[in-house]
Amino acid sequence: MKHAIALSGVTKRFGAVEAVRDVSFALSPGAVALVGHNGAGKTTMMKMMLGLIRPTQGTVSVLGENPAAGQFQARRRLGYLPENVSFNAALTGRETLAFYARLKGEPVRQSLDLLDKVGLGAAASRRVGTYSKGMRQRLGLAQALIGQPAVLLLDEPTTGLDPALRLSFYEIVRELAAGGATVLLSSHALSELEERAERVIIMDRGRMVADGSLDELRRIARLPVRLRMRTADGQPAAAGLGPGRPAGDGAFEYEVQPERKMETLGSLLCGGCPPADLDVIPPSLDELYAHFLRERQSAA
Amino acid sequence: MTTIAIMAGKEIQEGLRNRWVLATTLLMAGLALALTFLGSAPTGSVGVRALDVVIVSLSSLTIFLLPLIALLISHDAIVGEMERGTMLLLLSYPVARWQVVLGKFFGHLAILAFATLLGYGAAAVALLATGAAIDAASWIAFAAMIASSVALGAVFIALGYLVSALAGNRGTAAGVCIGIWLALVLIYDMALLGLLVVDQGRVISGAALDTLLLLNPTDVYRLVNLAGFANVSAFSGMAGLAGGAALGPTTLVAALALWTVLPLGLASLSFSRREL
Repeated sequence: MKHAIALSGVTKRFGAVEAVRDVSFALSPGAVALVGHNGAGKTTMMKMMLGLIRPTQGTVSVLGENPAAGQFQARRRLGYLPENVSFNAALTGRETLAFYARLKGEPVRQSLDLLDKVGLGAAASRRVGTYSKGMRQRLGLAQALIGQPAVLLLDEPTTGLDPALRLSFYEIVRELAAGGATVLLSSHALSELEERAERVIIMDRGRMVADGSLDELRRIARLPVRLRMRTADGQPAAAGLGPGRPAGDGAFEYEVQPERKMETLGSLLCGGCPPADLDVIPPSLDELYAHFLRERQSAA
Repeated sequence: MTTIAIMAGKEIQEGLRNRWVLATTLLMAGLALALTFLGSAPTGSVGVRALDVVIVSLSSLTIFLLPLIALLISHDAIVGEMERGTMLLLLSYPVARWQVVLGKFFGHLAILAFATLLGYGAAAVALLATGAAIDAASWIAFAAMIASSVALGAVFIALGYLVSALAGNRGTAAGVCIGIWLALVLIYDMALLGLLVVDQGRVISGAALDTLLLLNPTDVYRLVNLAGFANVSAFSGMAGLAGGAALGPTTLVAALALWTVLPLGLASLSFSRREL
């Protein structure tokens, strides 16, 4: 088995709506971000990986199994966090997690430690019905982590989490990915995923429009790099950079084509009047995302 | 097997937690005791009646009540969990869909069996406490009544699942289940009776009547209890029917089993095909 998850030529139609159109990719261990607007097909793809819905065309394989054919043993090594996770309100957090651990055939006691890991230790014996949205999300995360899964499918995992828990969440994801797990994250919060995903897949209306590491996407997109600079005299910098845009606090911002970045930096720093402060800002995932969507629309 | 047991265990745990078990048991016990002590009030005397008469009253109660309770807890089992979103997570676990259906079935059946045994058992205990003399044959009939009541519950739980697996939303499932209850518990017998009166035995033979009775699980239940035991049928006014019917206990039990297995199998099948 080479890839944890492989999709080839997958199309999913709901009546007249094509939710996913001819998508192919294969995922190896590491953290992968699935990016796209609402209705781009992210949740639909995850459901196909789980065998909850069957592809209209193409094949999906997860840990060497075909989920559409009803094979489910691979799900023992898979964790899933749905977008709007919900639990039976009558049971406590501990009972809920114990139930899911038993279903996976994992030791219950060990799995209950996950409640502490997501910060629910104190609320473990309260009914899930009394939990806030964020606490339910944490319980959802805890159940997805039961039994050190080899594949994690996380649909909008950080909605409702406070900033501190967001950080510890990404720390958990990093640990799992470093341990050889394949983690597929979907999110709207692109800036969050930026330095955390080794690979980004951008979806638009069911089609895959880009796939690669952030650096690869930047190379393909050829978006300008921004230089934010403050000179000693508070005046716009020397010629060759254009007029510049005031960026507040006496700083100016310039856009430079990526291939001219080092050349420009060299002449700035080694020139007669070096800047007092200089930031180099590569295009963010937000900008890349917007770029790829624009490109698709102009092509269509 | 373990998966089914885990599912059933959770169902029972939830039933205990949200007071389903308590409410059902109290309702059954309350009605059973009321029937035992006040059942003969219209005849002018209030007191405890012999167990055979209690069996007749309780099985008439069961025919109305148990299907209703069974449909109430089962109509929501699949479509409700889908609507609340808990099914999505459950099916991401290493569980086959037929295991979900069977696990829920055994859990719900356990709740129903517990309530029936305790509720109706209370009536028998109350009868004993007043010092009534009860012979062995009556005890056997009473045990058969409880067992067949649970079997009738199983039939309607299975029917409820089938509706739940097919229905698009909870409201539809509830509506269809009320329809099933009305049709099988009330309308079917009235229509059958009307048909027999109009027919006057010209077209409908004994065999045809047997078939018609087997097509309704509540009639099968009625035959098991009201006509199956000689000392009970004397009170129930079913002795005539029992004498004419060629349906032995094996056929009746097989009919109830089929009425459970068939809807349950269809429910699993349609749930397996469903996308969510």
